[in-house]
Amino acid sequence: MLEVETIEVSYGRIPAVRGLSFRVDKGELVTIVGPNGAGKSTTMMTIAGALTPTRGLIRLGGVDITGKRPEEIARLGISFVPEGRHVFSQLTVGENLLIGADMRRDRAAVRSDYDRALAYFPILKERLEMPGGKLSGGEQQQLVIARALMTRPKVVLVDEPSLGLAPIIVDLVYDILRKLRDEGSTLVVVEQSTHRALENADRIYVVRNGQVTLEGASAKLTDKDLENAYFGFEDKTDGVAAVHF
Amino acid sequence: MQGFIQHLADALSLGSLFALTALGISLLFGIMRLVNFAHGDLITIGAYALIVPSSNPNAVMFIGLWPVLDTIIAICAIVVALAILCERLAFKPMRGANPSVLMIASFAVSYFLQNALIMIYGSRPKGVNLWPALAQSVSVGGVRLQLLQIVTIVTTLVLLCGLTLFLRRSAIGRQMRAASENFMMARFLGVRANLVIAAAFAISGFFAAVVSLLYVVQRGTITYDFGVPLVMAAFVATVIGGMGSVLGAVLGGFLVGFANVFFQVVLPMSLRGDRDAFVYGFVILVLLVRPAGLIKVKSVQERV
Ligand SMILES: Nc1ncnc2c1ncn2[C@@H]1O[C@H](COP(=O)(O)OP(=O)(O)OP(=O)(O)O)[C@@H](O)[C@H]1O
Ligand SMILES: [Mg+2]
Repeated sequence: MLEVETIEVSYGRIPAVRGLSFRVDKGELVTIVGPNGAGKSTTMMTIAGALTPTRGLIRLGGVDITGKRPEEIARLGISFVPEGRHVFSQLTVGENLLIGADMRRDRAAVRSDYDRALAYFPILKERLEMPGGKLSGGEQQQLVIARALMTRPKVVLVDEPSLGLAPIIVDLVYDILRKLRDEGSTLVVVEQSTHRALENADRIYVVRNGQVTLEGASAKLTDKDLENAYFGFEDKTDGVAAVHF
Repeated sequence: MQGFIQHLADALSLGSLFALTALGISLLFGIMRLVNFAHGDLITIGAYALIVPSSNPNAVMFIGLWPVLDTIIAICAIVVALAILCERLAFKPMRGANPSVLMIASFAVSYFLQNALIMIYGSRPKGVNLWPALAQSVSVGGVRLQLLQIVTIVTTLVLLCGLTLFLRRSAIGRQMRAASENFMMARFLGVRANLVIAAAFAISGFFAAVVSLLYVVQRGTITYDFGVPLVMAAFVATVIGGMGSVLGAVLGGFLVGFANVFFQVVLPMSLRGDRDAFVYGFVILVLLVRPAGLIKVKSVQERV
């Protein structure tokens, strides 16, 4: 569905992503884990069209979308939920949801998606007329995911949905993400916690220093594997971990 | 009583022109972080478009002689088209540039337009007598008011309501509000940057056209820098109101209008020449109390 092939992205002359590749198949929930500054958000921003890779290819359903503008990429079927919950604080909850559907012409389907989004996130139904900025952090996170679904995307990218939320809210958000996957959505979720990645993802990519250091089905990976890749340790035959910089 | 109502009408109609001009500036600032000084020149061009292009100081009316509705539509169409052209040629290539760079670009556009006007129309003032019927007075509840002032105030109220409805109820209005809060997020949701920016320039141009018509009737004379005093007052109004806030621009416009008339009335004759010093002194006072303007816009403070 979505294929990212050896992309390189820099800020000015400083490289942030160095030859990173991954893919998501239809109906999968893939998680990208990695420490601070690994290049996870940069990768997401690049797929969504906010940054242009200096090298590499991004394909959606086999079609090259590298270097297209953000609104074109959104219209081609990638919905991006950036890190840090960007609700439109002056718009009501209802208006926030409608913005996601403004590019669509299928009015009847928009109506049913709207109702479906509110069914997933019942708390939003009670807040429809409230300005988005008045919601709590957890409610805002639910709103931005609901809003992303209103575009009826082929792939949803969610960058660190757990950031700054109470554990119970994080569980709620992941319950919904898994439910979306079960109902056929394709999702890429960025996460810092290896533990939550193992719990929720079908497949996992560990990213470090702008590169994938480990990938695999979560059923086949252990916490230990993930941690080693995450922190850059490498298991030596004598059992002593060495640190790579 | 007559005197007070007269001053009130003066303040409201002056404030109306400032508010409409400030809105034209504020909409663009909200969405693009562009402080568009060339807005005043759009107002000037709206007035010049009424007459036959010629450097002869005796102006010959052209579009200004058409039936009222035709004149209004033609001037609005010309200024809106010009506003969109400015965007395409001057501002589009600089999208995403730093706000101070954009502002300097708008100075360049402004100088270009003013010099183009001098080239075509000459630099001498021209008398333009548009819609003389508006100069007469009418009696409203025993008080005599100039018809133009009533038309100015009513037009402004109608446009403010129209703009509010447009921003609240239409899909493009909703997208414009979203884009002025967080442009990139709006684009991630499929909102077309080109469409939203073109719409903002079109509305801004439309407001400039309306202001040129109302102001040219009031002044009766046009020069190549006809719109500059309005854009200066409106710029101050947007700063007082809170950069990027639509409501703030309107409040700021009326506040500057009222301050002008107030000092005009209370200052002794010998100080009236220095009225602007008092008006802007008052502006500084307002900003000392509320440095971010009357209406704070969060996204501006985060981004700029
Ligand atoms: N706007 C920017 N300008 C310059 N450098 C940046 C910018 N944004 C990120 N970087 C750098 O790029 C690298 C990758 O950052 P990125 O935000 O992609 O990491 P991340 O994996 O999302 O981290 P986190 O888990 O903290 O969100 C870091 O070294 C960071 O300092
Ligand atoms: Mg990040």
